Amino acid sequence: MADPMRIRAAEAGGVTTVRVLMSHPMESGLRKDAAGNTIPAQYITDVVATHNGKPVLQATWSGAVSQNPFLSFKFKGAAKGDKVVVKWTDNKGESRTDEAAVS
Amino acid sequence: MLKKTVIALAIPAAAVLLGACTSSPSSADYDKMTAEVVKASFQDRGIAKLDRLEQDMANKECAAASVAGKPIEEKVAKAIEETEMKTIKWPSDGKFLGDWKEGEKIAQSGRGLTWSDDVKTVNGGNCYNCHQISKEEISFGTIGPSLYNYGKLRGVSNPSSPESKAIVEYTWGKMWNARAYNACSQMPRVGHKGILNEQELKHVMALLLDPNSPVNK
Amino acid sequence: MKKNLRVLAVLAAIAAVQSAHAQDAAAEGIAKYREMLQDGNPAELFEMKGEELWKQKRGPKNVSLEKCDLGKGPGVVKGAFVELPRFFADTGRVQDLESRLMTCMETLQGIDVKKEVNTRNFGKGETANIVALSTWIGAQSMGMRFNLSQSHQAERDMYEVGKRLFFMRGGPHDFACATCHGEDGKRIRLQDLPNLTKNPGDGVGFAAWPAYRVSNGQMWSMQHRLNDCYRQQRFPEPKFASDVTIALGVYMGVNAKGAESIVPSIKR
Repeated sequence: MADPMRIRAAEAGGVTTVRVLMSHPMESGLRKDAAGNTIPAQYITDVVATHNGKPVLQATWSGAVSQNPFLSFKFKGAAKGDKVVVKWTDNKGESRTDEAAVS
Repeated sequence: MLKKTVIALAIPAAAVLLGACTSSPSSADYDKMTAEVVKASFQDRGIAKLDRLEQDMANKECAAASVAGKPIEEKVAKAIEETEMKTIKWPSDGKFLGDWKEGEKIAQSGRGLTWSDDVKTVNGGNCYNCHQISKEEISFGTIGPSLYNYGKLRGVSNPSSPESKAIVEYTWGKMWNARAYNACSQMPRVGHKGILNEQELKHVMALLLDPNSPVNK
Repeated sequence: MKKNLRVLAVLAAIAAVQSAHAQDAAAEGIAKYREMLQDGNPAELFEMKGEELWKQKRGPKNVSLEKCDLGKGPGVVKGAFVELPRFFADTGRVQDLESRLMTCMETLQGIDVKKEVNTRNFGKGETANIVALSTWIGAQSMGMRFNLSQSHQAERDMYEVGKRLFFMRGGPHDFACATCHGEDGKRIRLQDLPNLTKNPGDGVGFAAWPAYRVSNGQMWSMQHRLNDCYRQQRFPEPKFASDVTIALGVYMGVNAKGAESIVPSIKR
């Protein structure tokens, strides 16, 4: 089971700002180790954020995104106490889902 | 086990020396305490061995002056400079300058001599870490003075001429062993400590003194 | 993503300019980049891990670290970071945060710290756990000001030892800590260097580690930072949490009295 994300969601003036810190090596597959062998690619390919079950953000990522990625986005229509759920999936099929309440 | 005993020993020893009075250990006591802490704390790793901690006169005196917060005594400085001057090895063939293009590469490289390097690593000169050198390289340090226009500022239009001899020799000497000219210089003793060899130093000499070097443009 | 592209464009534009302004512009670009990094510091991931490790029952004794005394009494974490290193009566010596965690892990949890925690294992196993714990414990004192004690003779002794170590020159380059950190306003390449012989200011030097290093994606504790300093000084290696490292911590920490801690911070 992958390490947990840190999610914070804060609502102000009708706009909710969500800040997500994901724990992931984001190995691009282009790096080589000291012996000259290519380090296999392992990076998040899909991110989906939902609010009360409805998707509010969908992202497709590549190996260009750096290790332990930080994602920040805004959306409208949430109230304090609502749940925001974030799920990532990587190229190896690993995934992680975490949630936070809008404060 | 040892590190616990070191401090535990040092305090009772100091207490016995001073009895019930409130004065603390002397500076010499602290020097001794420090030496014990060093002995207990460091270990060999890779090519970095414990003999690198040996204090020669120059390092011992310069560090002591820093700790005391006073400039080093004039006569001690002179003694250091004389000792260090004797270590300078002049070019075996009398030629001081090599290729400035190679010199720039050497100045850019900070590799070598750490415990993560091995004996095969080619040492860099580390020069840009502390000095500005060419105008083009903006990633330079300020621990040492700027060397931009080094030869030009010193009127060196022909490094082989008799007029330039003094500057050329000083530059070589300074790089071989900076402490020969300034007892407590922060600059590494590049030649004397084997960081760069004669040929590599010649390349750096060219970087600084060759009129065609970007440093002098 | 757009913000990243903008910064990349700014940096690329700066790299192309070969003028006297190039360096000022580069410094400005780097400052902007660093400002952007403050949001979403991956150090928080290590904080989360550290909190978990503090509360989790672990080791042969199956006990948590919640009774560990970091200097302000068993289990008191808030404010502990800005008072370390300090003297501990139970061990009879001055200890920094990481050596104190080793003491607690050994005595409370029965973990074989001598075997598991060393300089070869940065980023792995129990050594990585100590880093995570240090990150969380440091975070509990974020914004507080350093206030190390010098009331015990041993603490004063360690300050003097630390001072001598700071100025000690060695290795083939005759480097001392002071070579880079002994003066105001110096830098190595484009990296500004704090003067650690005095209070270098809020959130700088001793007040900035543990820190997350973006360039290698690693969380570095003070032990790791000191270890790498000595490596670059071409010295032999100080053992993990040895007295050399603790004495330097006392010297820097006492000098930084009053400086605000921003731990855990983020670095290039």
